[in-house]
Amino acid sequence: MTDIIIVGAGTAGLSAAIYALRAGKSVVVFEQLTYGGQIINTPEVENYPGIKSISGFDFATGLYEQATALGAVIESAQVEAVEDGAVKKVTAGGKVYEAKAVILATGAKNRPLGLEREEELTGSGVSYCATCDGAFYKNRAVAVSGGGNTALEDALFLSNYCSKVYLVHRRDAFRGEAKLADRLKEKENVEFVLNANIVKILGEDEVKGVVVKDKISGEEKELAVEGLFIAIGQMPDNQAFSSIVKLDDKGYIMAGEDCETGTAGIYAAGDCRTKAVRQLTTAAADGAVAALAACAYCELA
Amino acid sequence: MEVVTLTGANFEQEVLKSDVPVLVDFWASWCGPCKMLSPLVDQVAAEAEGGFKVGKVNVDDEEMLAERYNIMSIPALKVFKGGEVVRESVGMIPKDRVKALVEGL
Repeated sequence: MTDIIIVGAGTAGLSAAIYALRAGKSVVVFEQLTYGGQIINTPEVENYPGIKSISGFDFATGLYEQATALGAVIESAQVEAVEDGAVKKVTAGGKVYEAKAVILATGAKNRPLGLEREEELTGSGVSYCATCDGAFYKNRAVAVSGGGNTALEDALFLSNYCSKVYLVHRRDAFRGEAKLADRLKEKENVEFVLNANIVKILGEDEVKGVVVKDKISGEEKELAVEGLFIAIGQMPDNQAFSSIVKLDDKGYIMAGEDCETGTAGIYAAGDCRTKAVRQLTTAAADGAVAALAACAYCELA
Repeated sequence: MEVVTLTGANFEQEVLKSDVPVLVDFWASWCGPCKMLSPLVDQVAAEAEGGFKVGKVNVDDEEMLAERYNIMSIPALKVFKGGEVVRESVGMIPKDRVKALVEGL
């Protein structure tokens, strides 16, 4: 039996692994995709204390190497279920693993708009990462969907490459920083489409346009764009655990700053839990908090 | 199996005129998910017992190739058979899905 099973090898999960291993516990981390989590999409991380600038890939790789050097076992499998009890049973890739404690660090993923053919056209005009894909849209017209900081930053980034950037937002004001919005207003190739929803993607094998619907007049119009960048936030992926921990209405695991889920021996760390700030530092902090709580629980068990 | 670096100069010979299917990885050095996927592609190549080839296109060096094959997001994997794209995938995927791309062709 393993002391602690961690679900997810992102920043929270790997930070938890480092703390638990250094406390002398055995650790197995399950990851369905690859280590690193969301940060691997970030070209430059410049807000992690003590590190002036690092690529998300290098950060994630450093974390991974640190955890594996300490003895972390990383299993490439999706966790399908966790069963509570004196011994926790974790089902992953069709096999059952036993542990004294479990840390859920499942993270979050990009929230889709929910449009027809959105998934099918991802990579053929639909993108969730302007800094990754923006360069492929040089001199083309694109639309950005969203009103938060990410959407504003994406629009600003894309305005340097693209012939035209439509920023489509369902409200009349942005949630993102006013400074960013002001900078966008000065850009000649950026046009705000406010109080509007994107209701349809046009094009067969690739995006040829989008249809936006004005929320007030109900009027629909077509925007001729070859790219649709969706920046409407993240969503969690915790349904598999809904029977052992409480989820809020958005699907985040209900847990406080102590990472306690209310189920003894099961902890939630990082972006997957209810919290106000979802940053690299808070994910790492949660990893430490959850790991030390799990270690204390193992001593009692 | 060795992974071939593909360029505008050798693409036709190595990929389009290949006798066996070719798995092509479109990537860039600034792309984190590409750097995650790349070693998995290498592993699939290393474990292969023939039957297909593996090559990589750096989209910054080979803009023409990226444009010709309509690359709009990377990492992008495309499987060429008889000069045509027969399978493709965009974004980071686990190793078993990389493997599945070249199986049963």
